Amino acid sequence: MEFIKSNKFNIILIALALVIPFGVYPVFLMKVLCFGLFAAAFNLMLGFVGMLSFGHAAFLATGGYVTGYLMSNADLTPELGILCGTLASAVLGYLFGSLSVKREGIYFAMVTLALSQLLFFFFLQAPFTEGENGLQGIPRGKLFGFIDLNNNLSMYYFVLAVFLLGFWLIYRSVHSPFGQVLKAIRENEPRAISLGYSVRQYKLMAFVLSAALSGLAGSTKALVFQLESLTDAHWQMSGEVVLMTLVGGMGTIFGPLVGAAVVVGIENFFSGGELGTYIHIIMGLIFIICVLAFRNGIVGEFNKFVKNNF
Amino acid sequence: MDTILGINPVALFGQLLVGLINGSFYALLSLGLAIIFGLLRIINFAQGALYMIGAFLAWLGLEYWGLSYGWALLIVPLVVGLFGILIERFLIRPIAHEDHLYSLLLTFGVALVLQGVFSHVFGSSGKPYSIPEFLQGVANLGFMYLPIYRGWIIVVSLLVCFGTWWAIEKTKLGAYLRAGTENARLLQAFGINVPLMVTLTFGFGVALAGLAGVLAAPIYSVSPDMGANLLIVVFAIVVIGGMGSIGGAIITGISMGVIEGLTKYFYPEASNTIIFMVMVVVLLIKPAGLFGKEV
Amino acid sequence: MNKLVLATAVALGLALTQVQAEGISDDKVKIGVLADMGGTYADVCGKGCVAAVEMAIADFGGKVLDKPIEVVSADDQNKPDVGSAVVREWLDKDKVDAIGGIVASSVGLAAAKVANEAKKPLLISTAGSPAFTTKQCSPYNAHWAYDVVALANGTVKPLVAAGKKKWFFITADYEFGHALEKVSAGVIEKNGGEVVGSVKVPLGTTDYSSYILQAQSSGADAVALANAGKDFVNSLKGASEFGLNKQATMVGLLVFSSDVQALDPALIADMRLTTGFFSEMDDKTKEWSQRFKEKFGKTPTMGQAGAYSATLHYLNAVKEAGTDDGDAVMAKMKATKPDDFFARNAELRADGRMVHDMYQVRVKKADERANDDDIFALEQTLAGNEVYLPMDAACDFSKK
Repeated sequence: MEFIKSNKFNIILIALALVIPFGVYPVFLMKVLCFGLFAAAFNLMLGFVGMLSFGHAAFLATGGYVTGYLMSNADLTPELGILCGTLASAVLGYLFGSLSVKREGIYFAMVTLALSQLLFFFFLQAPFTEGENGLQGIPRGKLFGFIDLNNNLSMYYFVLAVFLLGFWLIYRSVHSPFGQVLKAIRENEPRAISLGYSVRQYKLMAFVLSAALSGLAGSTKALVFQLESLTDAHWQMSGEVVLMTLVGGMGTIFGPLVGAAVVVGIENFFSGGELGTYIHIIMGLIFIICVLAFRNGIVGEFNKFVKNNF
Repeated sequence: MDTILGINPVALFGQLLVGLINGSFYALLSLGLAIIFGLLRIINFAQGALYMIGAFLAWLGLEYWGLSYGWALLIVPLVVGLFGILIERFLIRPIAHEDHLYSLLLTFGVALVLQGVFSHVFGSSGKPYSIPEFLQGVANLGFMYLPIYRGWIIVVSLLVCFGTWWAIEKTKLGAYLRAGTENARLLQAFGINVPLMVTLTFGFGVALAGLAGVLAAPIYSVSPDMGANLLIVVFAIVVIGGMGSIGGAIITGISMGVIEGLTKYFYPEASNTIIFMVMVVVLLIKPAGLFGKEV
Repeated sequence: MNKLVLATAVALGLALTQVQAEGISDDKVKIGVLADMGGTYADVCGKGCVAAVEMAIADFGGKVLDKPIEVVSADDQNKPDVGSAVVREWLDKDKVDAIGGIVASSVGLAAAKVANEAKKPLLISTAGSPAFTTKQCSPYNAHWAYDVVALANGTVKPLVAAGKKKWFFITADYEFGHALEKVSAGVIEKNGGEVVGSVKVPLGTTDYSSYILQAQSSGADAVALANAGKDFVNSLKGASEFGLNKQATMVGLLVFSSDVQALDPALIADMRLTTGFFSEMDDKTKEWSQRFKEKFGKTPTMGQAGAYSATLHYLNAVKEAGTDDGDAVMAKMKATKPDDFFARNAELRADGRMVHDMYQVRVKKADERANDDDIFALEQTLAGNEVYLPMDAACDFSKK
């Protein structure tokens, strides 16, 4: 009973997540969950360490390509495929992180952007990614060898489980001693250094964790859409995840998910038909408005409102 | 074809030429970024979009208002510069006191909007802009054919780059600028209108992008996304060179173009990535960049 | 016992298909048109393909079996992920019954993966990869206007025979370009020529100078442009800037009328190429093109004419089959020979290839052109079974 009381909010949310696919198109929901996880992973760097990475698309795509390739060619079960994709992104995160955490602020953003562009061209040219064609027809496979994921509904529950796992991991890290050190670095880096923390090591660890979880999101997304393409590696994807986090509220736990739902929703609404070309204009305007007047994002403003009024 | 020591001079010089041209654009754009960074400490993500607008204005000018190439070369950078001034005055200045990451995000948003508006109005495919008549044709240099317009690009951009360098390093106005970079408040105390100087500097840095756009219009077809991909390469170049000096930005820009050209000859598969790889090496050896100061 | 179970299962299965096969699902026939609406290939299909499909529906009477016919369209931006997601949503949510348009082969193959699984007809008008009827063939594909095999046979073969022996390829770097280069190289080698080099160029490249230089130093006497749309236009312009067109014969492997109209006539005059349609061929094509132009404002391309022809044939098949069920409609489409201004001496083979007459044409010089649409001079009509690949036995769905 105690458990239920203290987790009332979370339990309602999860119950809602369990019934919602009966009313809303499951593929759309899965997309929101994947991008929500991606944005939450990204937020680990921006919101909790205060470092803006402009190259997180690299990790999303690496997870997707590795999982997609293995699922198509090595006959793995989906959970193993996703695990491999996540590990690959973690390794890449270590490489990119070692190079980029040496620099700060704007330089860090530019270095990560350039590194991800390097990877974009690698994916464009490497034979195993099938270049512009993308990896097509990736099998969803049978979870643990016996749950067929080709049904959109079972796939949805699987994605929900992956999302919750990733989300829980982020929540735990942020509320651990490790997370406290990260926040200390964000607030006052020189002091964190003088307290004897090896700041670069902490930054690198956060970066690797963030990359791995982005890879988890990418791997899962590749299975949902049964396709992995260069769009995921493109710099616009890196910009999109920044936008999701900004809109939802950086440094908040639920912000990235809300931001992902908003951005994916807008994209879905405008894609196709005559309105398609407005997408970039709207995204850009949201960016400008958020930066000028709405820096706390939806969840941040909501928290502030609750705090001031209740 | 004749080869010397297994090297085909026509192809090699051809690729070097193409590299020099790309290098000219890199230099113009990274110079603009460096000037803006010097005073405002921000990176203008919209630089690529403003380059694209420069090209589009040249195309629109020719197509609808009968503006010839020569006039476009003069007027378009002014218009783009004015536009940049508006951006600085009304969007960037209100958040100038915040973390500089916000201004980076802001200019990214501006870039998305501009790119979106142009592709909404003109479609995402390229628009043709023919080479002005007096620069058409090919010069036979004996060892290779040099399209005259491409030679022209190199000459103009080198002149502009070194003119800017000279103005900043050797004139009084340049001295104020450099002083503002070091300590803006002190300069203000000497009676210089620093906010105005910041605005004008931003305008000038952006105008360079507009000029590059006009130069690019006849050889790259004019399209909304022409600036975005170029800008990422320029970012890598900025990281390689470091933000320390104006001269550094120019030299790094041109030499990266040449290195890219050489790669196209010797190992074309790597030509897209070579600059990024150089960046990785520089980060390993000298994280602050070749001409940068450790921060 | 086992046999009994099997028989029951088969009977049940048949009963199920029977149930599905009757009438029009959800009381309307919905056709989705997927194409690049604003990018490199916008002019060769794009909104014109939507207009062509709408025109076919209007000509058919707007209704089939007394049920309304609707069109939805989407921009795939030449991205497989976008195209595949759109098709998935069309089929899951919007109950689309057939998909038309289809330009970039990479997008087309991704869309096909989804559509084939859902057993919905895919009317491929403007994509060129032979994979739709070979390695990724499906009973639900109808590959309409042309494919790269027909282009290579129609364009490359006569040039090799005429003495162009050393070839260089400038190739669009994705499925379509790769397939076009591979098939053409096969034709060249079979006829005694050789490929001295090739370079793969990203889709949507605007500056071709360094690729042109590579072609120039290769010593080729023919440079094949294995690309299309804006890519073709830009690469040909680049070739003229560096004087490559004076050193070697430029060969456009896939050229649409919109590309020719976008180029200076001097640049492209006398190029010989293969097409499945051109508007000024005879009275029948002229009559249709005139109507299309009145509706859409531009001269129709081969892709747009193909989209019209395929839609009309599809609607006729729905009418005759009395249902919009994918299996029944495809069977009818293959059983009846398409015959209109576009599809001549035509049949839709069991593997999904629509085999029809192709035309080898020469681009007219400026002073030969009577009007803006008068750009091609017919050199030779190529019988479909001479230029298209024979059916791959593995894709013969009549035997399955």
